[in-house]
Amino acid sequence: MYIIIVGGGRVGYYLSKSLLDEGHEILIIEKNADFCETINDELGSICYRGDGCEASTLAQVGTGRADMLVAVTGDDADNLIACQVAKHKFKVPRTIARIRNPRNEVLFKKLGVDVTISSTNVILEQIAEEVPTHPLIHLHEIRDKGLEIVEVKIPQGATTIGKAIKDIILPSGTIIPLIIRKSQKPLIPSPNTILMAEDQVVAVTEPKAEDVLRKALRGG
Amino acid sequence: MKVIIMGCGRVGARLAGLLDTAGHNVTVLDMDSYSFRRLPSGFKGKALVGNGIDEEALKRVGIEQADAFIAVTQGDNRNIMAAQIAKHIFGVKRVICRIYDPLRQELYESLGLESLSPTTIFADLLKKKLES
Repeated sequence: MYIIIVGGGRVGYYLSKSLLDEGHEILIIEKNADFCETINDELGSICYRGDGCEASTLAQVGTGRADMLVAVTGDDADNLIACQVAKHKFKVPRTIARIRNPRNEVLFKKLGVDVTISSTNVILEQIAEEVPTHPLIHLHEIRDKGLEIVEVKIPQGATTIGKAIKDIILPSGTIIPLIIRKSQKPLIPSPNTILMAEDQVVAVTEPKAEDVLRKALRGG
Repeated sequence: MKVIIMGCGRVGARLAGLLDTAGHNVTVLDMDSYSFRRLPSGFKGKALVGNGIDEEALKRVGIEQADAFIAVTQGDNRNIMAAQIAKHIFGVKRVICRIYDPLRQELYESLGLESLSPTTIFADLLKKKLES
């Protein structure tokens, strides 16, 4: 794939490095001459000096044939505009923007950015997973389908311990494909599987059903 | 008419003064309170510190009641983003933004965002003046 990356800071640099290793054709657009030089020295001549929000720059680097544009500068407005110009002027099929203010997620989607990655949310999520009392962990998001895979831990003393899966009323559209049980092999639950303390229940659900799911599995 | 102006530079401050004199209800928004020194003495509108690309900040300055939103900060991208928030999130009836880059201005105009490029306008004016 031909992937254009706007922003040659740390995120842009390491992203390019790993995408190059996967065999993709990469071009970085970066304003800062020093950053460009470092990238060209270390990763090969893949950095073009310029403004990734400018249509003329994007035309220079052949954005018309790009499969994807990823905007990872530290500025939300710059990332939005780079994606919009790529999408509307050059018909790039997939645009991805890094955002710093998590509130911009809705706006960016509404304005045609295909995928947004909120660095703030990613960090929060990672930290939350390390907090042992955290009731629900996001494992994976299936963006196109509006689904997500989450893990709910059953705490000691939960009112649902001892109940069979079939007696638990799950939100509609939610399924439980896996239970990871302390000191046992992971199991695919049957309707008669009994919930035990400290089970890690993996569920496929919709983001809006999270609260109901958490209450159904942990009680109260 | 209730108007919010984002960016209190020379253009923003001057426009605020003109609209204020004409009897409109004007609110000026800028990240730096020092820029409010540019507002004319006797300005009766509001001058508030805030980031125009932040939805909460826009709510605080009353964007939900605004009839018009003007984005004239120094940054094209900030102006475009703020204008799109005003138009698409808050449904402000009249939204105009300044975009220096003529190509970007053309693109956003074609996407339905009302905008002006001082670069194009001023270059045309200069050319006309030279040739007249």
